[in-house]
Amino acid sequence: MDITSMTAAELGERIKNRELSAVEAVKAYLVQIDRLESDVHSFVTVDQEGALKRAREIQKKIDKEQLFGPLAGVPVAVKDNLCTKGMLTTCSSGMLENFSPAFTAEAVKKLENAGAVIIGKTNMDEFAMGSTTETSYFGVTRNPWNLKHVPGGSSGGSCAAVAAEECAFALGSDTGGSIRQPSSFCGVTGIKPTYGTVSRYGLIAYGSSLDQIGPVARDVTDCAVILEVIASHDPKDSTSMQRETYDFTSALVDDVKGMRIGIPQDYFTEGLDKEVERHIQHAAKVLEEKGAIVEEFDLSLVKYAIPAYYVIASAEAGSNLSRFDGVKYGYRTPEYEGLHSMYKKSRSEGFGAEVKRRIMLGSFVLSSGYYDAYYLKALKTKALIKQAFDKAFQKYDIILAPAAPTTAPKLGASLNDPLKMYLGDIYTVSVNLAGLPGISIPVGTDSKGLPVGMQIIGSCFDEVKLLRAAYAYEQTKIYERPNLVKKGQGEERALMEGGRENGKAV
Amino acid sequence: MTNKISDETIEYVSILAQLELTEQEKQDAKADMEKMLNYIDTLNELNTEGIEPMSHVFPVKNVFREDIVINGDGSEDTLANAPLKKDNSFKVPKTIG
Amino acid sequence: MAKQYETVIGLEVHVELATKTKIFCSCSTEFGGTPNTHTCPVCTGMPGALPVLNRQVVEYAAAIGLAANCEITRVCKFDRKNYFYPDNPQNYQISQLYLPIAKNGYVEIDAGGTKKKIRIHEMHMEEDAGKLIHDEWDDTTLVDYNRSGVPLVEIVSEPDMHSSDEVTAYLEKLRTIIQYLGASDCKLQEGSMRVDVNLSVRETGMKEYRTRTEMKNLNSFKAIARAIEGERTRQIELLEAGKKVVQETRRWDDNKEASYAMRSKEDAKDYRYFPEPDLVPIVISEEWLERIRERQPQMRDEKIKRYKKEFDIPQYDAEIITSSRHMADIFEETSAICKKPKKVSNWLMVETMRLLKEYGMEPEEISFSPKNLAKLIQLTESGIINNSVAKAVFEKIFTDDVEPDRYVEEHKLGNVSDEGELLKVLQKVIAENPQAVVDYKGGKEKALGALVGQTMKAMKGKADPGMVHKKLRELL
Repeated sequence: MDITSMTAAELGERIKNRELSAVEAVKAYLVQIDRLESDVHSFVTVDQEGALKRAREIQKKIDKEQLFGPLAGVPVAVKDNLCTKGMLTTCSSGMLENFSPAFTAEAVKKLENAGAVIIGKTNMDEFAMGSTTETSYFGVTRNPWNLKHVPGGSSGGSCAAVAAEECAFALGSDTGGSIRQPSSFCGVTGIKPTYGTVSRYGLIAYGSSLDQIGPVARDVTDCAVILEVIASHDPKDSTSMQRETYDFTSALVDDVKGMRIGIPQDYFTEGLDKEVERHIQHAAKVLEEKGAIVEEFDLSLVKYAIPAYYVIASAEAGSNLSRFDGVKYGYRTPEYEGLHSMYKKSRSEGFGAEVKRRIMLGSFVLSSGYYDAYYLKALKTKALIKQAFDKAFQKYDIILAPAAPTTAPKLGASLNDPLKMYLGDIYTVSVNLAGLPGISIPVGTDSKGLPVGMQIIGSCFDEVKLLRAAYAYEQTKIYERPNLVKKGQGEERALMEGGRENGKAV
Repeated sequence: MTNKISDETIEYVSILAQLELTEQEKQDAKADMEKMLNYIDTLNELNTEGIEPMSHVFPVKNVFREDIVINGDGSEDTLANAPLKKDNSFKVPKTIG
Repeated sequence: MAKQYETVIGLEVHVELATKTKIFCSCSTEFGGTPNTHTCPVCTGMPGALPVLNRQVVEYAAAIGLAANCEITRVCKFDRKNYFYPDNPQNYQISQLYLPIAKNGYVEIDAGGTKKKIRIHEMHMEEDAGKLIHDEWDDTTLVDYNRSGVPLVEIVSEPDMHSSDEVTAYLEKLRTIIQYLGASDCKLQEGSMRVDVNLSVRETGMKEYRTRTEMKNLNSFKAIARAIEGERTRQIELLEAGKKVVQETRRWDDNKEASYAMRSKEDAKDYRYFPEPDLVPIVISEEWLERIRERQPQMRDEKIKRYKKEFDIPQYDAEIITSSRHMADIFEETSAICKKPKKVSNWLMVETMRLLKEYGMEPEEISFSPKNLAKLIQLTESGIINNSVAKAVFEKIFTDDVEPDRYVEEHKLGNVSDEGELLKVLQKVIAENPQAVVDYKGGKEKALGALVGQTMKAMKGKADPGMVHKKLRELL
């Protein structure tokens, strides 16, 4: 039995049926991490001992039939901007290198209650600011499909870990595409739910009005199962929504007959890589052949989404990150003269370049004399973008789009031109501005062998339609795995057998 | 319109942001900010007259807590990550006034 | 001739609301305690923590707004005010700038016999900061977040005041309104009411405002009055010398009776307010507002009018009794039980005020129950105890809230109602004081008083002096 190649739902099912134990599952993943981490570097923290201990406790509960959910005993990796009590939570920043939170994020708690086993915390762009996971204080994460390429970001560690089969699934966060874009680059499936669906309590904020937590997994089914576990109305998060239903798995039906699908033709412009475009058009055709009605339309306002997004996100980030000052937690510079010197040196030494760049921009756009011209203008643009989507969803059930204009770029290619990096968010940020749900699913690989992701955008609180379309598409295609993972399978088996507790044959 | 960011502006914004930038970082920040602001200025093409600025995307309102004490002594957790502490308090350089 | 100057004053008053919990978390608002014991991730700005608004804060703030004749903002929002300081754990304060809960109100004051309206510009909700304690030992500052997140209402007046008398009248008015609502105890010394004075001077007759300064650290009405005088003089001196007043925040040192500028180059005063994304708008419906309105108590001015009219209480007494909502409540409840409002008023005006002074207490701290005062009044009215006994019993009511009838019985303080016993004592007193008897009969009324005194002494005070008087006359 090849534990690490299973989806989370399959693994959960086996554990439930006593074909496997939670401890065996964790051990298999620890072996895989041991094998691939030096290449991929998806994790900031791997909690080997803690994970085994939790797996044993969970197995006891499973044996006593106190735990029987679909994720009981399933190993999960959590993005390092989600607070985990007693486990380092660094946001991949030198500022929080030694920060150990006093409480666990609500979404993570939901997973714990469901019996999922947290095996570690994944690497990310520092404070989720970046699109490549290269701004991490702890070094880059590499794309399992090609180690010379980035995994995307900011949830690059989560997506790389899922692609490299270092965990059964992961949690990411998405402020401007940070789940969907790296999912696309790593050939995995990631969903950003409607704003307010998953509690933000315990998510270290970047852009509070845009941040959402979501699952990263091998397939659409896993995403629906995980979302069902982590979504909730949380009284600790005032922006959390009371939804009519938290049932996402009933959407998993292979039927798109009559579904109205819109493709924004203004997304298919010069910036879009031809191979990516071809793949998306092909996927649209597949859905059309399954009975969906596919139509091109003009979404409008596309080019205004990124400037509006960067104004809003930077302004919120500048304020959110002001709490890191060397007083209560986090890095304090060793030498300073007086309060303000302590503040400035701690922050300047504790934050990396991209974070400082956005804090500066955020402070500027809110400063006296510029608020109306920049911040208010961006909020008005956001209103217009929301209207444009509302209009589109009167006509269409879902919108099909690329997740990113290209496949994963090479390491180091994006960092020297921030604006160019920002432009890569063109298809994702407007979804955050409008609070909509969006999913990225793999639709193939380009000529370099790098995955291409398709984004499906739904109307607010309409994850069901988006999941159904994604599921129906997925049924036409087999799950592709990176060579890195496939290559080592024989080796992995040998290691696994050695690592097994009861010596049972695989 | 092209944005010109002066040295004074960078100085001022770094005070607001409580960041101490090196000469090189200041020059980079200036260039980055000018470039970003020029790009952000494309928003000026957009007619937003009469549009309500949207800070919250959904019309949620009146989310309240009842006035009941639930939390007990939280000092241990509060101080657990403190870089410097004394007498159950955070210790910082002397403040004025 | 020397120029005449007019002082122009506007106030920013911060009031700590009397909620049980903080504005955005379920920590206790209890004053003091070991540092940081009343804290949680929310009020210490821990990464990942989120605020949730305490409903009671909105109720109190709206109630104060209504009582100060403000328009209540039907859709109000919170904003972030960004500035770095260690007492502010997030380095932003959640406050209201764009849509404060109330605006355009006024309160009426009476300063030196003239009635005047002081307009209120706006009123908003916000969170309090923590406390900074200077550590002498190693010359550092210690930060305690127990107070961080305690709810505040800030009341911003228009620059309608021109003297410290008007300022005092305005503050007393606000304090009474807020205390009547039970929304705060408004103690300047303890910081549950904090006053910042915005002051400028201009030549009398001038229409425009000149540059103003903001004065902080004013811990008593006297300090406020002194600071106003000090700042007025300082500004006039500057102007006379042809210098400019700088717009700045100044800190008043009441011991030195001087202020100094709180200037710092790090203090850019650019707060970069923007809508708080972690909190949703508050929509105050007509029904909700109506419920708050219905709960508003009768305010002091109406009570004074009513006491005069219904109970025939003099203006001065009515003012004293209503100066505290608590005392007014005691007055009304006691009167309702014993139906003797004038007697109740007397007990409050004389004995209660005396004891408050003696014990150094505020009227809010009166802890006896109206039913016990009512019973005491009934006991004296029906002649069961005399006035001097009543005063002694009242002291016990004041300190320990004793039940007067039980106390009188246990300590055998009741008047001796047995006429036979009284007669016996009287005859003895007459026999032992022949000179006094002669004097009385010779027309010296005073001598009778001495005999009454002797009788009361012999009776250990347990006689009705009126009755003793009457019987003595009869016997003589």
